[in-house]
Amino acid sequence: MSIAEQSPGDAPLDAALRDEIAAVARHAEQKRAAGTDALKLVQKRFGYISDRHLAEVAALLEMTPAELDGVATFYNLIFRRPVGRHVILLCDSVACWVMGEAAARAQIRDRLGIKPGETTADGRFTLLPIVCLGHCDHAPAMMVDEDQYGDLDAARLDAILERYR
Amino acid sequence: MMMDKPLTALIQPDGMPLDIAGYERAGGYQALRKALTMTPEAIIAEVKRSRLRGRGGGGFSTGRKWEAVPTGTDAARQHYLVVNADEMEPGSFKDRLLLEQTPHQMIESVIISAFAIQADIAYIFVRAEYVLSLSRLARAVAEAEARGYLGADILGSGFALTIHVHASGGRYICGESSALLTALEGRRPLPRSRPPRSALSGLWGKPSIVNNVETLCNVPHIVERGADWFLGLSRGADGGTKLYGLSGRVKRPGLWELPLGTSLNEILEEHAGGMQDGYECRAVLPGGASTAFVMNADFDIPMDFTSVQKLGSSLGTGNIMALDNQRCPIGMLRNLEHFFAQESCGFCTPCRDGLPWVERILAAIEAGDGEAEDLDTLARHVSFLNSDGTFCDLAPGAMAPLGSGLKHFRAEFEQHIAEKRCPWHETAESWA
Ligand SMILES: Cc1cc2nc3c(=O)[nH]c(=O)nc-3n(C[C@H](O)[C@H](O)[C@H](O)COP(=O)(O)O)c2cc1C
Ligand code: SF4
Ligand code: FES
Repeated sequence: MSIAEQSPGDAPLDAALRDEIAAVARHAEQKRAAGTDALKLVQKRFGYISDRHLAEVAALLEMTPAELDGVATFYNLIFRRPVGRHVILLCDSVACWVMGEAAARAQIRDRLGIKPGETTADGRFTLLPIVCLGHCDHAPAMMVDEDQYGDLDAARLDAILERYR
Repeated sequence: MMMDKPLTALIQPDGMPLDIAGYERAGGYQALRKALTMTPEAIIAEVKRSRLRGRGGGGFSTGRKWEAVPTGTDAARQHYLVVNADEMEPGSFKDRLLLEQTPHQMIESVIISAFAIQADIAYIFVRAEYVLSLSRLARAVAEAEARGYLGADILGSGFALTIHVHASGGRYICGESSALLTALEGRRPLPRSRPPRSALSGLWGKPSIVNNVETLCNVPHIVERGADWFLGLSRGADGGTKLYGLSGRVKRPGLWELPLGTSLNEILEEHAGGMQDGYECRAVLPGGASTAFVMNADFDIPMDFTSVQKLGSSLGTGNIMALDNQRCPIGMLRNLEHFFAQESCGFCTPCRDGLPWVERILAAIEAGDGEAEDLDTLARHVSFLNSDGTFCDLAPGAMAPLGSGLKHFRAEFEQHIAEKRCPWHETAESWA
């Protein structure tokens, strides 16, 4: 709740961001084909896609908000709700399951008090499950924001979490 | 250059990709120069003769796929080449290596393949999480443009090509080739009905070819060295090497470029160093989550398309996952079916409703709440969710490990149900 209150998702997109979106749309063969790129630009700035921002991007791409939402909600990595400052993507697919994903999940629950889908009370971390990260030879694996980590064990997991404030 | 491992020959010990000057010094873009002196038909014929088969899971002949694109001066333009770099099949990590560490090989492969099918525009569709692949590809495209390998008149040949690198929003179904095209058009990415084949009507209704990363990376080597050389790399009837991977409780999990048809035993024992002490390998999924179990009695099989298929499984991505004796096979199946249920696009009812049902039953059996009839219900799903009953291959893929698991792990299923508990329960949350 506190995160939603702080969220700037109600403010209009500024001119610079609108220009960036217009540029990716120009580069695309058809404007709507720039949908995921445009949404990612907004998400990079605000952490997620608010209803207001969705509607603004849709207008720039000459789509209806419903059409763009149909795209946005389909993807696992386009967030339509606020997330914490850092997003932990913990792989829950099969090679990581074999190598101890459940242990990593339990340790995150013990250290941070969050289960998959939850955000810490201080807004520092959101934990999300993710499908196979293509890092199976270093299972168990996860990403924090855009950083990739593998060969997790108890000590390494703690040390990684410490890096993100 | 060690030419028995063409795909990985230029990989550096530190994992850093060669820049364009380094790649050229190592012989890069020579295959492109040669290709541009050939006719597109001659390239397709050579690729067909090399018996290169798709490395994305389907194993379709690349040359035959390309032949279906309408050619000739009166054929409609434009054409698209689309690289499937979605790599979200659980247990697969091979394309990542090629994208991150040999980006110029990827770009050269795209240019030559696009020339062969006379494509004007190419897309590389990369999964969202491969951020390093995305940045290295973007850089390689810019370098290639600056050197005249891309653009309006490539090396003075008259051939023109633009490459777009597209980052996905993240969803497994986007790897299905028709859903991938829908995703590129900026629509909700559902699979499309076939016919028409995308070679005739694909991206924006134009002739389009979708190929896997590893498949295409073979093409410059076939052009440069010829089909006979390529056939000689393999131990079986189909040509080339294969990026085999192995994950699970082995001593050295990893990825190796080996002759196509290397035996499963050799990969497990010699390359992966065998199982860690205290673990035994009971079975493997030979090529990702959508392939049927191969039991350890059969580990002498050559890992080629035909041999693995004869065992009732498939080569898939050739990235192998080991099930050891300390993990519960029912738990593994529950994990796999959770993935498929979650990633179903929801378009057709048998898959949308059937997969969550399968997952619930497996979870109940694992938790000790299973009933004898559950096994029949699971078996019924395996027989209904086939390619006749569902719209795309996601659901049939989901049934591959389940169908084989019901057969090979029957005793474990029955033990869970009779004892009302999971015999492996204690190991579930431990780091091991
Ligand atoms: C659900 C599903 C997911 C797929 N994911 C991928 C993928 O991530 N990468 C890939 O190359 N092929 C994937 N495929 C296979 C493609 O549909 C297609 O057959 C392949 O890209 C063709 O390339 P190839 O002939 O070079 O193998 C997937 C298929 C299905 C049904
Ligand atoms: S089989 Fe599943 S993934 Fe494929 S179209 Fe039907 S619902 Fe979608
Ligand atoms: S299963 Fe976790 S990285 Fe592949």
